[in-house]
Amino acid sequence: MDLKTMTYIVVGATFLLYIGIAFWARAGSTGEFYAAGRGVNPIANGMATAADWMSAASFISMAGLIAFQGYQGAKFLMGWTGGYVLLALLLAPYLRKFGKFTVPEFIGDRFYSNMARLVGVLCLITISITYVIGQMKGVGVAFSRFLDLPYETGLYVGMAIVFMYAVLGGMKGITYTQIAQYCVLITAYTIPAVFISMNLTGTPLPQLGLIGNEVTSGEPMIAKLNQTIQDIGFGAYDGDPPSYLDMLLYTITLMIGTAGLPHVIIRFFTVPKVSDARWSAGWALVFIALLYTVAPAVGAMARYNVTNTIWPNGVQSEPLAYDAAPQWFKNWETTGLLKFEDKNGDGKIQFYNEKSEAMKTMAAEKGWNGNELVKFDRDIMVLANPEIAQLPNWVIALVAAGGLAAALSTAAGLLLAISSSISHDLMKGILTPNISEGNELIAARISMAGAIAVAGYFGLNPPGFAAQVVALAFGLAASSIFPVLMMGIFSKRINSHGAILGMVAGIGVTLAYIFAYKGLFFIKGTALFPASTPEYWIMGVSPEAFGCIGALVNFVVAYVVSMATAPPPKEIQDLVESIRVPRGAAAAVDH
Amino acid sequence: MDNDSGKGYWAANIRLVTVLLAIWAFVSFGMGIIMRPMLMDIKVGGVDLGFWMAQNGSIYVFLILIFVYAVMMNGIDRQYNVDEE
Repeated sequence: MDLKTMTYIVVGATFLLYIGIAFWARAGSTGEFYAAGRGVNPIANGMATAADWMSAASFISMAGLIAFQGYQGAKFLMGWTGGYVLLALLLAPYLRKFGKFTVPEFIGDRFYSNMARLVGVLCLITISITYVIGQMKGVGVAFSRFLDLPYETGLYVGMAIVFMYAVLGGMKGITYTQIAQYCVLITAYTIPAVFISMNLTGTPLPQLGLIGNEVTSGEPMIAKLNQTIQDIGFGAYDGDPPSYLDMLLYTITLMIGTAGLPHVIIRFFTVPKVSDARWSAGWALVFIALLYTVAPAVGAMARYNVTNTIWPNGVQSEPLAYDAAPQWFKNWETTGLLKFEDKNGDGKIQFYNEKSEAMKTMAAEKGWNGNELVKFDRDIMVLANPEIAQLPNWVIALVAAGGLAAALSTAAGLLLAISSSISHDLMKGILTPNISEGNELIAARISMAGAIAVAGYFGLNPPGFAAQVVALAFGLAASSIFPVLMMGIFSKRINSHGAILGMVAGIGVTLAYIFAYKGLFFIKGTALFPASTPEYWIMGVSPEAFGCIGALVNFVVAYVVSMATAPPPKEIQDLVESIRVPRGAAAAVDH
Repeated sequence: MDNDSGKGYWAANIRLVTVLLAIWAFVSFGMGIIMRPMLMDIKVGGVDLGFWMAQNGSIYVFLILIFVYAVMMNGIDRQYNVDEE
């Protein structure tokens, strides 16, 4: 069977599965639509959280990012897992005890202010829209690369699938599809990784392969990789980062940003008890770690494989001739992720770092006219992995289904966060408080359909901020939502003025820093400084890493303002007392 | 729950969370980033300890921390009689 038929069958089978779940898990009440009736088993919720969290970026792009960044790529690994410790210890159990449906609802109730709730809604929508555009693009791209369908067609198919299970089933439908999607994506990610690790290091566990020895030379894998890439002028894989301070702040920002992402937090509203929320965070990280501990091995080994394919006998002998390039090289060239340009007309692929002085000298001696692998997209590291390892067609088809599962599961979680903040926070909470439950459920379904349409529109016409997910979504979540939630639980003294001004100050300074380097609202030409040149960054801190400074500003402003104004009323202090103890959480089931 | 045992429960919780977060910061920010240059001579297989902590080891520690928290916190709930049973 040819690859395309196989891919259609595998992707089609997974889609049928998702649609089947959509009809089986329909939501009958707002409690089921927003929180799956709070009846999800903690291990099942852990799996759904892992799929909710691991996006197209985690699945397709992260290993490639690490492959090119080497050691300092660890900021993504630690940042996107360490946030779960904060979530488990500081937020999830208490918000489950609070027993409501949305993150802005907690902010509004705890700080007895619709204004605070509204600021929460605005942050949530900005974060989630930014994030969901990337997922829609991921769906379109996966379709066009693996199934040869136009990007737009892929996007419409993806929207239709999400529409079915998210509009019908709300959180309930999303939860059970996410569990299925997790199984698809983790299988698709690990199978090629195991084979590549076997080939290169002789161990089936990629985690051990990363620290093991390369089979033919007997030298450590990373030392061998260092030598291979340094020979063609790149820095050592395990070399120092440009700035340890920037790496530190970047990691902290990703951690507290992760803990403050509304679509992840609301997953913990679906378990029956507070103690389940604690267990569930642990299980979520187990399922996430299965991918995140494999990703650095995939990155390192894929970079070694690609470099070695082009320079089979080292830089002192001849590189690969284009005519002799393996099929995967040509396949991915047609997608535009790889591009060869024969600058010196010798038919061979001279791939090296043309910025390196030593390489310039060597190039002059050997008659090279510059690096000829002019395009080397990082996404190739995961997407082309099964072909590089010469795995059968069904594995390649599975990677397509896995990428789609990762994008769809995250998109659905984000869309639920958006639609519930509209129907539950804006309508039920602020604009039309007397709406009946039946009508709120209808409103929730209409908001969901609307959110899918908006996400689809932005997927077709991506705005400037779509590419700034890390800076914008994590910066905002870190500087606004995480601090206000934490203070709401751990302090009885923070009042509404403190919370609102704290959020505004945190967001303000974070956005100011990001806009100063990336343009006002990311419009080209309005930046004060060039974004990608570290010498302009204050103390070498990149715009992506600034969210934790914004969080600090938020904490300080909230504290100072609260101390200067009246403490919260007695009933709010009692509310804080009650969310701090687990007993009575089951009462919220019927909320 | 009376007020005194309520204070004891919350204090026990804060103590546990503080210890666990100190370990969380030490393995990731400490061993994985700030102290990495000092740990260069310690090897884990073919890589240095700081590299391994940053790319793999800290994630295992995070996992242990959350499960230790769940077990101990559920115990503290029972001890102060605020559990959900």
